[in-house]
Amino acid sequence: MTKAPHLLKASMTYDGGPADTGPDMSLRPGSGASAANRIVDGPAGRKPRKALSRRNILIYGTLIVVCLYYLLPLYVMIVTSLKGMPEIRLGNIFAPPVEVTFQPWVKAWAEACTGLNCDGLSRGFFNSVKILVPSVILSIIIASINGYALANWRFKGSETFFTILIVGAFIPYQVMIYPIVIMLREVGLYGSLTGLVIVHTIFGMPILTLLFRNYFASVPQELFKAARVDGAGFWAIYFQIMVPMSLPIFVVAMILQVTGIWNDFLFGVIYTKPDLYPMTVQLNNIVNSTQGVKEYNVNMAATILTGLVPLTIYFISGKLFVRGIAAGAVKG
Amino acid sequence: METSIAINNLSLSFGNLEVLKDLNLDVGKGEFLVLLGSSGCGKSTLLNCIAGLLDVTGGQIFIGGRNVTWEEPSQRGIGMVFQSYALYPQMTVGGNLSFGLKNAGLPKAEIEERVNRAAKILQIEPLLKRKPAALSGGQRQRAAIGRALVRDADVFLFDEPLSNLDAKLRADLRVEIKQLHQKLHNTMIYVTHDQIEAMTLADRIAIMRGGRILQLASPNEIYNRPASKYVAEFIGSPTMNFFEGSLEEIGGSYAFKTGDTVFPLDGYTFQNGPPASGDAWFGIRPEHMVSGAETANAPVRLDGKVELVEPLGSDTLARITVGERTLWVRLDGQADISHGDAIQVGFDPARANIFDKATENRN
Repeated sequence: MTKAPHLLKASMTYDGGPADTGPDMSLRPGSGASAANRIVDGPAGRKPRKALSRRNILIYGTLIVVCLYYLLPLYVMIVTSLKGMPEIRLGNIFAPPVEVTFQPWVKAWAEACTGLNCDGLSRGFFNSVKILVPSVILSIIIASINGYALANWRFKGSETFFTILIVGAFIPYQVMIYPIVIMLREVGLYGSLTGLVIVHTIFGMPILTLLFRNYFASVPQELFKAARVDGAGFWAIYFQIMVPMSLPIFVVAMILQVTGIWNDFLFGVIYTKPDLYPMTVQLNNIVNSTQGVKEYNVNMAATILTGLVPLTIYFISGKLFVRGIAAGAVKG
Repeated sequence: METSIAINNLSLSFGNLEVLKDLNLDVGKGEFLVLLGSSGCGKSTLLNCIAGLLDVTGGQIFIGGRNVTWEEPSQRGIGMVFQSYALYPQMTVGGNLSFGLKNAGLPKAEIEERVNRAAKILQIEPLLKRKPAALSGGQRQRAAIGRALVRDADVFLFDEPLSNLDAKLRADLRVEIKQLHQKLHNTMIYVTHDQIEAMTLADRIAIMRGGRILQLASPNEIYNRPASKYVAEFIGSPTMNFFEGSLEEIGGSYAFKTGDTVFPLDGYTFQNGPPASGDAWFGIRPEHMVSGAETANAPVRLDGKVELVEPLGSDTLARITVGERTLWVRLDGQADISHGDAIQVGFDPARANIFDKATENRN
């Protein structure tokens, strides 16, 4: 059949021809019940949708306005950071740069002065990295084990322990600032990066433990039982069964911690000293310096540079983040 | 028969809630025991206790003559299959099968040999390299059985293994599990709420309710001579028809009197010799009732009216009203009856079950 194109063509013409829906359909010989075209006039098939309906205009209109609202400041920042000071003084903040210059970026990164140091944000950046990496890794490791133990190895008092941990999340930071200063001073870590890492790890504990506990609790109990029958102990189940299954929640925890710790200002300014200030503190010191001319272009560049790290993390992990949030973060 | 599992005065409570109460059970070597009951009767809890996944609050568990009451699940010599398959999603089927053996520190060559042997028995050899997500429900459950199989355990525990499968697959795998048991002769304890699975698979069925075993007997015994009214109602679909009335002695022979009707009990074998007269339930299964020409030979005949017909192809179920009473009758699949017909049904009281009204135990 398929090797005879003329036959195929003939049959197609017959089936699909406009005459097929004529009023004499039922009178035609040889048309089987299933093959016959029974469509009558009126709506048939997929319902057509207008592209420019009132509903669409409303939805897309709102979305566009909201996007503009959020993107405009970013636009102003980028545009300003690429202008020279004379151009900024003209006052057209929305105008694109006439003469593009990257000098403000270079200055923000390497030359801007805070106090006596004139090596820009770069030092703050590396301080922040030195704070961020160990804090994130340490807090996630401890919290995931906490969550796993609380979800799967219920011990006497585990519920109480969990409650205390969660209540800890609601105590205002300000209450704990001074006691922690004293504690760090007593153990000789006050003003060091190690001290700040410990503080970040501890303060990340309640929310991360809750996150991991809820995720591990949603893993079927039978899986855990099967692993126990298979002779896996506490660590074997954690490393070989639970962790490989939990990539999304690890990504969520990582994002929460990276943005939280990177954006932290309070702990950074309290528990470290000027040499070791994280990027946020240094940014503040650059932007709020009272001496000399306000260099708006340098300030804008410095701000964007500081925000770049969390932004990159969001872009890289987008899909996993959504999956992880849906999987465990929001369930009580 | 040699005892494979002995459970002595086992009890388990969660706080104030007593789930298992002073339970005793002996399972013979190579026996297929089914724990049957409705949800919340403690059957899965009992299985978890045997597996060591729940700590008991009292009593002892022996497996293969060894007291394992305080031992870890992996040290009890058991393999377990779960309702949700519980395959490790990030491992291949082969990885799932070998996980337990690796934990036990077996040499690589032996692990491979055991995995291959189990895969061959279950015909999942082509699937060994696949992840569980790439398997169908039936293949997953087969892989889960394989994971129990490689352990070379003496005792297999099944926790409603077929409940997540569709009807057709469930019937197929049921047959496979039975064949597996005939091939391996392991002791198997199988938890289900499906009476068909229980009847077809079991050497003995333990019917559980409220943390106690109500009756422990062969499927045949459970079906024909249920020990209590609850068991009689639980087994059989449609459920047994009951008449409320009293047991009476009339001139040396017994009869059951319900309303104005009297069923002579000449062929009926009483559980503990002739009982005292008194209030009782008289139960007869729908499939033990006959209609049409056969009714002429039945000792008891009732006239009724067809209220509802459910043709199943192989059989026809009919709900009929006799006086004010509603009875289910299982008729031939070709029976030509319809709603509103007059019908005469009969049965032999020898096949009936009589239960004491007060204790609900078999008379």
